[in-house]
Amino acid sequence: MSSVTDTAPVPATRTAAGEPRKPRKPRGGFFLGLAAWIIGILFVLPVVWMVITSFHSETDAATNPPSLGAPLTLQGYREFFGASTGTSPWPPLANSMTASVLSTLLVLLLAIPAAYALSIRPVRKWTDVLFFFLSTKMLPIVAGLLPIYLFAQSVGLLDNIWLLIIFYTSMNLPIAVWMMRSFLAEVPVEMLEAAAVDGAGLTRTLRSVVLPVVAPGIAATSLICFIFSWNELLFARVLTATVAQTAPVFLTGFVTSQGLFLAKVCAAAVVVSLPVIIAGFAAQDKLVQGLSMGAVK
Amino acid sequence: MSVAVDTEAPEGRAAPPPGTLRRTGDWARRAPLLPALIFTIIVTQLPFVATLVISFMNWNAYYPDERGFAGLDNFRRVFTDVNMRESVVTTIILTVAVVLVSLVLGLVIALLLDRKFRGRGAVRTMMITPFLIVPVAAALLWKHALYNPEYGLLNGSLTALWKLFGSDDAPQPEWLTNNPLIAVEVALIWQWTPFMMLILLAGLQSRPLDVIEAARIDGASSWDIFRYMTLPHLRQYLELGALLGSIYIVQNFDAVFTITSGGLGTANLPYTIYQTFYNAHDYGRASAAGVVVVIGTIVIATLALRTVSSLFREENAR
Repeated sequence: MSSVTDTAPVPATRTAAGEPRKPRKPRGGFFLGLAAWIIGILFVLPVVWMVITSFHSETDAATNPPSLGAPLTLQGYREFFGASTGTSPWPPLANSMTASVLSTLLVLLLAIPAAYALSIRPVRKWTDVLFFFLSTKMLPIVAGLLPIYLFAQSVGLLDNIWLLIIFYTSMNLPIAVWMMRSFLAEVPVEMLEAAAVDGAGLTRTLRSVVLPVVAPGIAATSLICFIFSWNELLFARVLTATVAQTAPVFLTGFVTSQGLFLAKVCAAAVVVSLPVIIAGFAAQDKLVQGLSMGAVK
Repeated sequence: MSVAVDTEAPEGRAAPPPGTLRRTGDWARRAPLLPALIFTIIVTQLPFVATLVISFMNWNAYYPDERGFAGLDNFRRVFTDVNMRESVVTTIILTVAVVLVSLVLGLVIALLLDRKFRGRGAVRTMMITPFLIVPVAAALLWKHALYNPEYGLLNGSLTALWKLFGSDDAPQPEWLTNNPLIAVEVALIWQWTPFMMLILLAGLQSRPLDVIEAARIDGASSWDIFRYMTLPHLRQYLELGALLGSIYIVQNFDAVFTITSGGLGTANLPYTIYQTFYNAHDYGRASAAGVVVVIGTIVIATLALRTVSSLFREENAR
């Protein structure tokens, strides 16, 4: 299905075929492997540093040179959860969760039937429709921000989480339609025909033939939509204030101008990133497919 | 207004032959598509029409009485305004630098990861991690935990390194103030290299290995194989990565907003438009700038769509 998923057989063939050249391989191979390790460590280092700092006290976090072995404490996390300020991060986190989950569900509700009409029983000129969806993704969203703001203001929807849900749905719908179409296109026509010959109705065909094949695709699509909604800052910042504020907006307001705040900020960054990190590691292989809208398999 | 107009034109948007609409089968097929299509048109296309209308209006929320038709005034101000012009240049530099560097780095890392070595899975996971940090959190991390001249990790490491050799006067550069744009770019490259790497790795792993083996047996060197077989095969993946990266980075707001607040010559177009509208409340000028960005994006998007559609045709041919 996806070439990234198929990593296992690929190296296997290559080693088997590459065996005659073995005498030359080990040394160069060792150094190239080492290079890969060094680059990988360099890339993950800031994240590791973020996690370590989040468990340090504010004074230990702000030393020069860095105090690596400083005692670990949960103070940063306690501060993030409002130990001294009394400002709880839970409402913004809950808002982010609501906006991400509900918009993802809405996206699936709209995208799956649309993808069905673009793949299994395609409408005429279905490629045009598909590219229309993609083109909306390419228009810079900042250019549509003002009318949406003015509209929300005039109908009293500012600082309302539903406005974000609707907007995030439109933001992710094109990706979801593309992804779901490429997943649905993998349902073998013969299976559909066989089901029709056996007299299975539409509901039964969908449930017992289509669903098992596309279930992993639906999961991957949901994860991608969730991540994008969770990360979004610009619209959330403009369209929400105190009530519907999301986690990224909360984060931007978290840095204080006086006093030490590094451990607290790192703790906040860890907590806010956690859902995405979990989702991303769970669906590593599907990440490319989602970000390239199903163009790369 | 919409990019779709551009892309559909070459394929010919002929009017449906008379009588098509009467066929009920057609409508049964279209029905599942309609909710998504109507929703998308209302939420994404109508605001752009409104932006276009407002861009020709004199509309500032601070002076509500002066609202009226402005003709091309807003556009003239967009093109003559120094800030706006600078932000166009900044956007281009930022996008080109981030996309090119992360693409080259991504290619090198993808080639390294395409080989078999101990702990390959672990390195791949480490490489992906930067991409999974929420962009605002990543920007805060770079600004405060790494770039900070007093206690950031960069200067902290310099101090530790100099101490190691018995010196107390390690250089402590002001990373953000000295090179603000490069600082923003490095933070973005850190987040986007994994994306490029993933796309290129997928491309590498879809190479026809038997052909490459045949070439190797025929005595082709590793460089020849890379130059004449791998690179041509990767071309469309490189293009896809470049164009998708451009689309996302042209629109970047989080990094600029968080790391420099658009100061020190790092304000890109999305940030400038945001300011014109959110702080200056000049709706007419913000909309005109928005229209300019849209027109600029259409150029990139048309290229992007062409690339994606070439990938797409190949998939269909399979």
